Amino acid sequence: MTSIDIIPDEPKPLVRFARMLWADKFALAAVLFLTLVLVLAVIGPTWLGEVAQKQNLRGRNAPPFEWERGWLWILGADALGRPLLARIVVATQNTMMVAGGAVFFSALIGTVLGLVAGYAGPRTGQAIMRLADVIMSFPSLLLAVVVLYILGPSILNLVIVLAITRIPVYLRTARAEVLEVRERMFVQAARVMGASPRRIVFRHILPVVLPTLMTIATLDFAFVMLAESSLSFLGIGIQPPEITWGLMISQGRQYLTTAWWLSFWPGLAIILTTLSLNLLSGWMRIALDPTQRWRLEMRGRRNG
Amino acid sequence: MAEPMLQVKNLSVEFHTAAGTVRAVKNVSFDLDRGETLAILGESGSGKSVSSSAIMDLIDMPPGRITSGQIIFEGRDLLKLSASERRKVNGHKIAMIFQDPLSHLNPVYTVGWQIVETMTAHGMSRPQARAEALRLLGRVGIPDPEGSMGKYPHQFSGGQRQRLMIAMALALKPDLLIADEPTTALDVTVQAEVLALLEELQQETGMGVLIITHDLGVVAEIADRVVVMNAGEVVETGDTRQVYRNPAHPYTRKLIGAAPGKGAMHDPLPSAEPVLSVRGARKVYGDFAAVEDVSFDLMAGETLAIVGESGSGKSTVAKMLLRLEEPTGGQALWKGQDLFAMPERQLFALRRDLQMVFQDPTQSLNPRMTVWQLITEGWVIHPGILPRSKWKARAAELLHQVGLKPEMAGRYPHQFSGGQRQRIAIARALALEPELIICDEAVSALDVSVQAQVIELLDGLRKSLGIAFIFIAHDLPVVRDFADHVMVMRKGRVVEAGTVRQIFDNPRQPYTQALLAAGLDPDPDVQAERRAARLAMAAG
Amino acid sequence: MMSFIRKRAFASLISLILLVVAVFFLSRLTGDPAALYLPSEASEEMRRQFREIHGLNDPILVQFGRYVWDLLHLDFGDSVRRARPAFEVVSEAFLWTLQLAVITMTLVTAAAIVVGSLAAFRVGGFFDRIASLTSLIGASAPDFWVAIVAIVVFSVGLGWLPTSGTGSVWHWILPIGVLFIRPFGLIVQVVRGSMINALSSAYVKTARAKGVRTRPIIFVHALRNAMLPVITVIGDQAAALLNGAVVIETIFGFPGVGKLMIDSILQRDFNVVLAAIMITAIAIFIMNLLIDLAYALLDPRIRY
Repeated sequence: MTSIDIIPDEPKPLVRFARMLWADKFALAAVLFLTLVLVLAVIGPTWLGEVAQKQNLRGRNAPPFEWERGWLWILGADALGRPLLARIVVATQNTMMVAGGAVFFSALIGTVLGLVAGYAGPRTGQAIMRLADVIMSFPSLLLAVVVLYILGPSILNLVIVLAITRIPVYLRTARAEVLEVRERMFVQAARVMGASPRRIVFRHILPVVLPTLMTIATLDFAFVMLAESSLSFLGIGIQPPEITWGLMISQGRQYLTTAWWLSFWPGLAIILTTLSLNLLSGWMRIALDPTQRWRLEMRGRRNG
Repeated sequence: MAEPMLQVKNLSVEFHTAAGTVRAVKNVSFDLDRGETLAILGESGSGKSVSSSAIMDLIDMPPGRITSGQIIFEGRDLLKLSASERRKVNGHKIAMIFQDPLSHLNPVYTVGWQIVETMTAHGMSRPQARAEALRLLGRVGIPDPEGSMGKYPHQFSGGQRQRLMIAMALALKPDLLIADEPTTALDVTVQAEVLALLEELQQETGMGVLIITHDLGVVAEIADRVVVMNAGEVVETGDTRQVYRNPAHPYTRKLIGAAPGKGAMHDPLPSAEPVLSVRGARKVYGDFAAVEDVSFDLMAGETLAIVGESGSGKSTVAKMLLRLEEPTGGQALWKGQDLFAMPERQLFALRRDLQMVFQDPTQSLNPRMTVWQLITEGWVIHPGILPRSKWKARAAELLHQVGLKPEMAGRYPHQFSGGQRQRIAIARALALEPELIICDEAVSALDVSVQAQVIELLDGLRKSLGIAFIFIAHDLPVVRDFADHVMVMRKGRVVEAGTVRQIFDNPRQPYTQALLAAGLDPDPDVQAERRAARLAMAAG
Repeated sequence: MMSFIRKRAFASLISLILLVVAVFFLSRLTGDPAALYLPSEASEEMRRQFREIHGLNDPILVQFGRYVWDLLHLDFGDSVRRARPAFEVVSEAFLWTLQLAVITMTLVTAAAIVVGSLAAFRVGGFFDRIASLTSLIGASAPDFWVAIVAIVVFSVGLGWLPTSGTGSVWHWILPIGVLFIRPFGLIVQVVRGSMINALSSAYVKTARAKGVRTRPIIFVHALRNAMLPVITVIGDQAAALLNGAVVIETIFGFPGVGKLMIDSILQRDFNVVLAAIMITAIAIFIMNLLIDLAYALLDPRIRY
């Protein structure tokens, strides 16, 4: 009897990632926070939607940390007496939908175009790159303002505008990586085996490029969130009665001197979310790279 | 008797790594005097470089830590000196040159600036340092020293860069020069020149030289005494000649036994029907002809070695055969079909017959695929080879065949050693059941003992499976035991071709003779003879 | 080098032409200019006159031709709202923005390089941890929120600094301070990562073997090599500032080009918008050239 038939199955990636996450407590905290945000984005409006809309003139600009009103008022209330905590929870959905949608579409389109530009002939590549240059040469905020002005501000339009402005980020990264990776020896090895261009791009190049792109997308999620809140802050993004965190900051601006908390809390929500995304992105850069992974696995072992 | 200039006593160094604490160097002792050349011989992971880094204070702490020992240099224990005192020793009293001069020279400063810096860092005035740098450049044989001062490292050839490193190291006439694999990345003819330069300079200045190498030939050529290291320990010390003739330790015996170019040469059967015949192959980039008029025949089950230095076009030939590079002209008939003219669709069916093993398995294996995925990929691409139900058994069999354990199939390439990775690459090629495997410098990145094993493996496969090989190498001794026919290339053209016996015993072309003469023999006596012959040739 | 500049200029010119076309048709798409510029109570006669003067009765292609012809003579027309040449209005605003951008980026670059390099020198040390955390938070903070908080604290609370205008040095501190934060956070991270690579490189080992002191090793040997990726990020950030820090300029009432653009778009003063786009586009083109020049100066291997 030989040991021939004991090829084990591949290790469970989920367990591995959980262990690596455990090793980096900052990233763990970030993931937990982002999970909370995600859950609130899903259930927020149905759970607290009514409370967040209900005006309460006696509670106008109620200060934070007054326990007697109940936990929803812990962060204070806005100019119409609506509890800020509830409003932040409800606004999570729009904020996440705009940023998530924009990142998803820009990453998808940008990556596909980047792969094509990198692996196709030089002429196609050049044409696609010029397209990216044109998009890049528009001041992105200005582009957003103009387009939103014409199309009218809505969540979908906001997503489209933000997605367009972010396409070049993925396009350029994907193309640069493809150009580098396609010259690598293992791609040549695949060609020697007779692998089709499609197989080479999707099986050999994309997996190498994907972690970088995912890391960028995580970082970009934070950027898009900030851009969305800027637009909403300027009054050309989301329009009331819809709310996002950026719009809440904008609405609180006129009460700066008397009720700072109106702007402060939604801003803090933005900061914590973007900070978590940044931390997660940093963790991903290591965890998704098989040659770097040991750093986390080693730390995990020592901690455990 | 006076104390030797350098004494390393009971040195131990640890590193903290993913796998826990590694004792890289364990109780290592050796000494070295002025005018003497000591070689530290060892394979990768033997700790040979770590001990020299300890002398130069180049170990990063953490993760490294010197746990015991002394390094006594000219009466002072270097390990007890302060950082600033050690800095004064570095470059001034002890200098160092490295394996890969391109990455060890700062790419964004001129070489003149970098050589001058060695001297100004130790207090010499700038004009004086500049004059001295000019003299040094001339001395190490850089053409046009004045003009070269203002050039950048990337504007020089590999051999010239190593000469620049030497000029930089010798700027302040150090008492000790540490050379860490100084010629490993160089062509054999250039290697001989650089080693000769080092010897000359040593005679001029009377410095001690500590050379770190994996190459018995380098030891035979240059060293007075040798320290053999394995797994962090010194296994043997002694006079070079004695160690070679009467190795005391089993590891030294194994190392000497593994040196290539000692076994019986093949005697190919005369005339069989060729499986591959190449005629007038040509590849031109712009105005530059990388390959010009290359023709050869390859018989079934035989090994053809293509030998040449960098820039000879040998790898381009291989890439053209596999259509990784589009040929400019000529034809390559594989069983009667022209590989050069074949459309991609038709080529696909032939792909599985012709496989390749690349130089550096670290790069030729996709880092994000497991061994299992790597080996089975060919079967995914060519579904006709093997039904999926048999994959597991066949993959296990292949791993056995190349000397790996089937349990390793779930691992990623970076979890293996260099030799093991090359075995994976070979298993991947075998999975397609090819009739021809092209090996592009397939063993040159490996340790000598591993090299011998991989060649043995390949030769075994040739015999048992009848696979033909094209073996591309820059190193003649490596192909001597393995090849049936040898073709020598230079600057894109074939210089000489013949059976392995013809080329090694009766080289007709001067270039082939020079190539053979420049190769370093592990036997110090043979090497001494060759050196004498070379000197006579140079003088005559 | 000259042919490189020519190639780049050509690419930028194409983008500019696309921009010009886009702005022209967008300005016509948003509605009848006569209806937009004139008060709603204006008589039909006035409207007709207005059309006559501005040539709005001609076919759209003729209008476009005239518009391009004027542009070629650097005539951007008058600002409809301000009754002054648009070019003049924009130049003034642009000079303000330029000053703000140059001062901010100089401070950011200097500070980020020093902090990032020192953090990289002792990875995991106390200074590194502090620097990494600050830069991460800095990169995550929405600038308008920081601006609001800064106003609440320094202007309203402590009364130290004015909230808006450009009158004295004191007026500049808050805008510069707020604009400083995000680029600083981003650039420190890039400098740190790039320096860690450079400091572990082989040529630094050579320098140590030569007996070179620590300070020149960091700031002479490693830094120049590490600057290449940093330069790219500096360029991106500077471009963003040159486009006008719209939100910050709005909050602090800073008369820069960003605020001007937003105001002009909202007022449909398209001549001003167009001039602003042109001038910033040219400025960004020049800056990109400088960035490429910096590349070539830093790395002798790069030749255009």
